[in-house]
Amino acid sequence: MAESNQAFVRTAILPAQKPPLTEKGMIKWLRENLFSGWFNTILTLVGLWAIYSLIAAALPWWLNGVWNAGSLGECRTIVAERAGPDATGACWAMVRDRWHQFMFGFYPQDQYWRPTTAFGLLFAAIAPVLFSGQKRFQTYMLIGVAAFLSVTLWLATVPMLPVALTALLMLALLAFAQLRPASLMWFTVIYPALAFFLLWGGSVWTPVAAMAGLLVLLLAYRVLLPWTGVAIAAGIGVVLALLWWALLDVPVARMLTSVLPFGLESVASDRFGGFLLALTIGVTAISFSLPMGILLALGRQSDMVLIKTLSVGFIEFIRGVPLITLLFTASLLLQYFLPPNTNFDLILRVIILVTFFAAAYIAEVIRGGLAALPRGQYEAADALGLDYWSAQRLIIMPQALKIAIPGIVSTFIGLFKDTTLVAFVGLLDPLKGITQIVRADIAWKGIYWEPYIFVGAIFFVICFGMSRYSMYLEQKLKRDHR
Amino acid sequence: MKKSVFFGTLAAASALAGFASADTLADIKARGELLCGVHTGLTGFGFLDANGEYQGFDVAICKAVAAAVLGDANKVRYVPTTTETRFPSLASGEIDLLSRTSTWTLSRDTDLKFDFVAVNYYDSQGFMVRKDLGVSSAKELDGETICVQPGTTTELNLADFFKSNDLTYTPVNVADDSEAQRQYIAGECIAYTTDASGLAASRATLPDADNHIILPEIISKEPFGPVVRHGDNNWGDIVRWTFYALVAAEELGITSANVNEIGTSTVNPEIKRILGTEGDMGAMMGLDAEWAKRAIAANGNYGEIFAANIGESTPIGLARGLNAQWTQGGLMYAPPFR
Repeated sequence: MAESNQAFVRTAILPAQKPPLTEKGMIKWLRENLFSGWFNTILTLVGLWAIYSLIAAALPWWLNGVWNAGSLGECRTIVAERAGPDATGACWAMVRDRWHQFMFGFYPQDQYWRPTTAFGLLFAAIAPVLFSGQKRFQTYMLIGVAAFLSVTLWLATVPMLPVALTALLMLALLAFAQLRPASLMWFTVIYPALAFFLLWGGSVWTPVAAMAGLLVLLLAYRVLLPWTGVAIAAGIGVVLALLWWALLDVPVARMLTSVLPFGLESVASDRFGGFLLALTIGVTAISFSLPMGILLALGRQSDMVLIKTLSVGFIEFIRGVPLITLLFTASLLLQYFLPPNTNFDLILRVIILVTFFAAAYIAEVIRGGLAALPRGQYEAADALGLDYWSAQRLIIMPQALKIAIPGIVSTFIGLFKDTTLVAFVGLLDPLKGITQIVRADIAWKGIYWEPYIFVGAIFFVICFGMSRYSMYLEQKLKRDHR
Repeated sequence: MKKSVFFGTLAAASALAGFASADTLADIKARGELLCGVHTGLTGFGFLDANGEYQGFDVAICKAVAAAVLGDANKVRYVPTTTETRFPSLASGEIDLLSRTSTWTLSRDTDLKFDFVAVNYYDSQGFMVRKDLGVSSAKELDGETICVQPGTTTELNLADFFKSNDLTYTPVNVADDSEAQRQYIAGECIAYTTDASGLAASRATLPDADNHIILPEIISKEPFGPVVRHGDNNWGDIVRWTFYALVAAEELGITSANVNEIGTSTVNPEIKRILGTEGDMGAMMGLDAEWAKRAIAANGNYGEIFAANIGESTPIGLARGLNAQWTQGGLMYAPPFR
């Protein structure tokens, strides 16, 4: 009883109570994010219903997919057997039957190792550019390429000599990546000739002689540089290289071929198709349009009237014309301007015009980057006593390009997707050209979504990769800590 | 827009057609291969199989001509052409011969400066509808939706047919055959109209082919044939007579199986003249005596080519109809080899 008069003193802390049901975990999250008011609740319900009906409509089609069948009719029979007469189902058997045509077009089947090797080495060649000579990333990339090539070359039937040469090349590249990572840039420079040789075949001396033109340019530049300025040395170098290509290239290549006939079976351009074609056009156009775009952007800002006018004219003309028009020009009109019986390769014509098209866009994107640089940067370069080219190379361009990265990459992604437009000039792009061919076979006629989904998925992977890389690059080059 | 570019190019093509060399035969022999413009995606007529080989009814013409001229049916370089590029390609000399279901019309023959050397397939435009629609004639399609590819002669024929019968319709534009099939199955259009050969192939691949019929009306004439440029009549003759050799071979019973012996065993002088065991027909065109023998050996005679690619034993299942020999009530009629 005495105790009852005493004030209550708690001697032990109560155990913490669980939060109310509506304030924790899943329910709280749902309440806050999906059902926070009557409007949001309605939106959520409508959204759920939309998702449900999409899945309900499409899921059986995906689940009933058939991978083993000889024709669309067989696919339908199998789906009907498995899931009842009214069920729908994807017929992926078409992809299984024709995937090689989506990948390589009509490239001779026993030569598939050539584009595959060229594709693998492409990554070895772009590694020094992508990771600017960093040893660790380059090594990862090269190991990845080596793994890819070992698997694919093992799967394909390849003669021993190319396998040995490729293995040797990969070992050499890996060794260089360990010892002198920066020197791998040389492989990047010779890669176009190597890829050309692998893809089109023919005598090995044709690309070698063509590369010798670049050597002429470089030699002339190096020799003349101490006496003349950069521009004049480069100009004379270019003229000499053009002379080499115009006059000496073909005879030298022919002579070397007759002395040492060594080469691969040559493959005509009209055998190219599918992603082989898309990547050939896309990669070539991307790698040549960037330097060309930089020069055009600088030309547009130049004080020299002639250069400025030419650059502006080029950019505005090419940018003002639809790509389809340029493609028709490449395929139909150019033939009339050339002497009769010249066979100027259609793929080459298309690559050149696609490159021009991309370069005009890149030039404007880079001009945006240049415009974003404060004037002080130009003045600082002048104050350091740098000449025009050194200032561009060391101070202006690194910053302008960094600003322009998202624009450049989206131009490249757009360009890569635009390669499907070559279908209109009779080239076999993966989306329309190859799909049309597959559908013309009576076994697969009537198939609709499957080829589009298959090709779209591959395009997505490639474009997503490019986009992710550009984000990595932006992160890496970030110098201001906002 | 697309059309005006196209016709502009064609005008340029016609103006400059004189550029191409006038001796196609010599060019082909020097080059060692025939440049043949073909379709890449038309079931039965021109397509590529799983191995990347060109196949089809129109492709067989390329092979026969190559066999006649170069002695080897495989010495053909096939140039894939689209509807837009086929005529400019021929005019600019990029191809020697166009064999791609091209309809022979007056303007193409004259204004574009081409020669249609013969008709290798008499096609016509038809309609496909569902059987349960209960329609038995195209004239009952008043006010209905019809799937049609814009920018083709098909579209114009359709408009003409409905106008002349005082009927109306709503066109549903489709880009190509596969899209048309898609729309038709989905019920976006009640009827699908295109060339009857294309309709037959489409119908054969529908999931429920038996529930669809092709209406009996034929609303246009579509004579397809191989095309060459103006300016080299001898080359046109070679293509024409190579094709007629195939037609005559069927009429006279020369097949790919007996072509090697029938020339000596037969008593029929026309067979002997065709196969070169008598007379010198080939020399008149600048070819050797056995040109037609090789052309027939390449894919068989016209009937064999038809049966192998689009005939009733194939899934496409086209009847000979107008394309039967004249002796069977069709229009295939080879002039005399004399």
